[in-house]
Amino acid sequence: MTLEGTLTDFTLTATASELAVRDTLLAVRSRLSERGVCEDTCGSVELVMAEALNNIVEHAYATDQERDFLLKVSIKPDRLCLHLCDGGAPLPGLCLPQGNLPDHTGPRDDLPEGGFGWFLIRDLTERVAYERRDGMNHLTLEFLREAP
Amino acid sequence: MDLQSTYHNDMNIITVGEARIDAAAAIRFKDRMRDVTSQGPAHIVLDLSNVTFVDSSGLGAIVAAMKQLSGERRLDLAGLTPDVAKVFRLTRMDTVFVIHDDIIALKARATG
Repeated sequence: MTLEGTLTDFTLTATASELAVRDTLLAVRSRLSERGVCEDTCGSVELVMAEALNNIVEHAYATDQERDFLLKVSIKPDRLCLHLCDGGAPLPGLCLPQGNLPDHTGPRDDLPEGGFGWFLIRDLTERVAYERRDGMNHLTLEFLREAP
Repeated sequence: MDLQSTYHNDMNIITVGEARIDAAAAIRFKDRMRDVTSQGPAHIVLDLSNVTFVDSSGLGAIVAAMKQLSGERRLDLAGLTPDVAKVFRLTRMDTVFVIHDDIIALKARATG
């Protein structure tokens, strides 16, 4: 994993794996915390990043050899902008999944064990956008910061 | 996956000794849960007070651990830290599990 840039605008590149996801989340959260982002927002960013990065590891790069991803983070006074880029398979239909909440009201045996990822991404972000460009996936995630 | 099971009268309290139940840990968590819940009291409480992060894979593994329990066994949760509580609240899974705020009081009640 390499990290370059300033304290408020930095780029992180890593080879996608479950353990690289952990390292990335810890590195970004510690930077957000140092720059005064509140713990609640840090928690939301960490969870959304985890879901987006896990999607890259488990789906986009499910069969590929080339597995690098790039994460750009920009900490602005009023918002946090994250841009995630990978060279894996595109999202189905080239669009963001609806991300509906799985049904939790049925009997125990029918309770959902997955399908929460896109729901959490959509629920916790102010804005999310996806674009397939030049054979790469580009995911933009924005979060509002709490009023000072 | 570090899971410590202790019996307090009628309760099997399972304490997670690691900080993260995430995609990298989910399968080991579920397998280890099967080991520590196959015997002992039917009332099982998962103590998450050392856990600071659960992602959707970890959440799915906790649900799977509950679904794989046999017969009348039940799984409650305790000691949710703020980010973990948020995942359960947003996904409404806080309505599926009984969630205890205070694991120490729960242990005292079980022992006493």
